[in-house]
Amino acid sequence: MWLSKSIVHLASLLPLCWLYYHAINDTLGADPVETVIHFTGIGALNLLLITLLISPSAKRFKQPKLLKFRRMLGLWAFTYALLHLLNFIAFELQFDWSLLFSEIVERPYITVGMAAFVVLLLLTVTSVNRIKKQMGPKWQKLHNWVYIASIAVVVHFYWSIKSDIYEPGIYAIMLAWLLALRKQKIKRWLKIG
Amino acid sequence: MLIKNPKSYELKEHQVTDEITYLNRRELLKKMGYVGAGSLLASASANAGPLDFFGKKEDDKVFARTALDFKAQPQDGSEILTPEAKVASHNNFYEFGLDKADPAKNSQGLKVDPWQLSISGEVNNPFTLGYDDLFKKYPLEERIYRLRCVEAWSMVIPWVGFSLADVIKAANPTSKAKYVAFETLYDPKQMPGQRSRRIGGGIDYPYVEGLRIDEAMNPLSFLSVGLYGKTLPPQNGAPIRLVVPWKYGFKSIKSIVSIKLVEKQPPTTWNILAPHEYGFYANVNPAVSHPRWSQASERRITTGGLFARNRIETLPFNGYGEEVADLYKNMDLAKFY
Repeated sequence: MWLSKSIVHLASLLPLCWLYYHAINDTLGADPVETVIHFTGIGALNLLLITLLISPSAKRFKQPKLLKFRRMLGLWAFTYALLHLLNFIAFELQFDWSLLFSEIVERPYITVGMAAFVVLLLLTVTSVNRIKKQMGPKWQKLHNWVYIASIAVVVHFYWSIKSDIYEPGIYAIMLAWLLALRKQKIKRWLKIG
Repeated sequence: MLIKNPKSYELKEHQVTDEITYLNRRELLKKMGYVGAGSLLASASANAGPLDFFGKKEDDKVFARTALDFKAQPQDGSEILTPEAKVASHNNFYEFGLDKADPAKNSQGLKVDPWQLSISGEVNNPFTLGYDDLFKKYPLEERIYRLRCVEAWSMVIPWVGFSLADVIKAANPTSKAKYVAFETLYDPKQMPGQRSRRIGGGIDYPYVEGLRIDEAMNPLSFLSVGLYGKTLPPQNGAPIRLVVPWKYGFKSIKSIVSIKLVEKQPPTTWNILAPHEYGFYANVNPAVSHPRWSQASERRITTGGLFARNRIETLPFNGYGEEVADLYKNMDLAKFY
């Protein structure tokens, strides 16, 4: 188990080392800022979708061990999302805080992205075992918000693009499929919640 | 006695770098720590890896560029040029793919000779320029211009070419010529983005652009056939492209096959695709935001990697207001964006 977990950690960490090494040394193409923002953004979305794939696969293939990877993948998705936001603040806006706040308020795609980030942040903070126990049944209700967050992320991606609809379209279809796999659960949640 | 009336964009004598320094500029840049563009390109193709500017395949042939004969523009040193390797690897040319690195990868086989550029429409003297004409018919000069992309990044590029006005004057426009319509090559065999809507971003090709005739006749409006002293690479719009430095980059249409003088305002590609986001005029204007991002500032792409502090204020008309603001005297530029 520790071996496969280490592999997941390395597979998530090494691309970041490669990315920042080249970005800092100006060997990442002409505009390293755009590249790191896109890389971490798409990375966060990929990891989020993989996280959502875990429980349906565990059920379908009767492999409960897979569930042990769910939290770490979710945390890596958050890490990429955090870097995505920090890259935007530090390298794109270069710490122009007033511009950041006006962008969050005025630009719908940034508003939606920021909302998704806040949800992922809450899920991360409450991912510790001790807090999970303290929260009781509320924990599951809160963590169901990952479905809302993942929809927000796909919308954020689609709205941020100038003209292409294929790539965000493929992500939308994959997400729709992942949500359809847990249709019953989501219906129940929406009725109660 | 010779009395000179310098135009506002001409440099004063004291701003001009002396010739020896100018001729040694590459050497100087290297000494200052900026890697010479040529050597960057060379190293990129030597260590073909995932970061190779021209993709992973080592045997990919690179488009052959030839040196041009032109009148160089002295530099005043006030602005750092964007390195050649960056100018030639960070491109929006959706005919060759949506990613900034795609055009450099996918366009190296573009056939530019023979080429035909027709000047037609409301003119008394329509004519066609062949490939050789592009470099011989008009005296070539260098123009160092800022290029401001609508995506809020910018570059400083030494173009080589001639004034658009020279070509239009030669065609002798009729009194009906109110606008100029431009068209990019339509050749789906050579341009993968024109074959597939997925690669080409769902744009209806050929790419078309336009200017009002007085904008086109402004001395700043430039037809470029080269950059950094050599013919254009395909990703930058070989063999001939428009450069209108006071407008967002998408106005500067690439690989032009037709310049047509017309009576009515011609359709323009990005305006057709998203009229609320991209207007016909598209003058650089920090006061008018793109609906999805601010245009108040920009990131200047030069060197320095991730930590380069390169965010600068965007200037009205990209800093060329003195030359062009008069064109828009009685217009509400928030309405005609």
